[in-house]
Amino acid sequence: MTDESRLSCEQVLEHLLEYLDQELTAETSAEIDRHLAECRGCFSRAEFERRLKSRVVQTGTASAPESLRARIKALIERF
Amino acid sequence: MYAATSAEPGALGTRARARAEVAVIEETSRRRLFEAEVERLLDRLFGTALRLTRNRADAEDLVGETVAKAWASLDQLADPRMFEAWIQRILANTFVSQWRHRRAQREVALTAEEDGTALDGEGFSLFERLHQPFLLWWSTPEAMLETKLLREDLERALDSLPDAFRVAIVLTEVQGHSYAEAAELLGVPVGTVRSRLSRARGLLQRALWEQAREAGIVPDHGRGREDRD
Repeated sequence: MTDESRLSCEQVLEHLLEYLDQELTAETSAEIDRHLAECRGCFSRAEFERRLKSRVVQTGTASAPESLRARIKALIERF
Repeated sequence: MYAATSAEPGALGTRARARAEVAVIEETSRRRLFEAEVERLLDRLFGTALRLTRNRADAEDLVGETVAKAWASLDQLADPRMFEAWIQRILANTFVSQWRHRRAQREVALTAEEDGTALDGEGFSLFERLHQPFLLWWSTPEAMLETKLLREDLERALDSLPDAFRVAIVLTEVQGHSYAEAAELLGVPVGTVRSRLSRARGLLQRALWEQAREAGIVPDHGRGREDRD
């Protein structure tokens, strides 16, 4: 890869969330990977966003109440 | 062969009974397997429903309806290993159609508040706020924030988002749908999902920043400046 094709920090940050969402092409993702391997500032930012995203994912699991468990059991018994 | 068999009513009856018994066993086994899978995933289904509806009673109703629909269409599940993705999609579809129905009943378009245009979150970055000079006496301010950030802080920030933005985040981040899948579920272009997500994340991070300041996790030095931004 030539220096001309390297991404700037601004370009990396612009696409960072799509990168974390795996919504970029393999080529662009690889360019961001290379940038993050060399740039401490962008790497710290990417890791922060990754951890925050992981915390958001965790909010999608919550202990189901007994009332719901009983309701689902009764529902399936009727199937 | 069939004629010979039909000439023996006793044998036919036995075979029919055997087939019926096998069918009952298969159906019972199918139901038990379905029940075990639902039981295994119930916390995730309920958690996702809670993030979408923001209400425990509505979340329970949504999970109940999802399970009923999943059972009714179980034959459409081609690969049993995809059960979780499949039932999560049913849950999302059920919520989105109810949400649309409520909107249609109210006969209103997204208000400025609901679509976020009235809210200032575009491009807000928690990381950048944490790296303001007055906070840098902490070596890693983001790590300091993360250790003090409670699950309820995140839930409160997510719940504070306008519906369209919260749903975009739940579909993509919590349920793991691609932008294209979320667009299909919502019946909007992919670009709309992308822009809602971008604004949703800005709003979410702003909400977390405000909560952190109110809780004293980060100093309030920048309030005047924040309010001008």
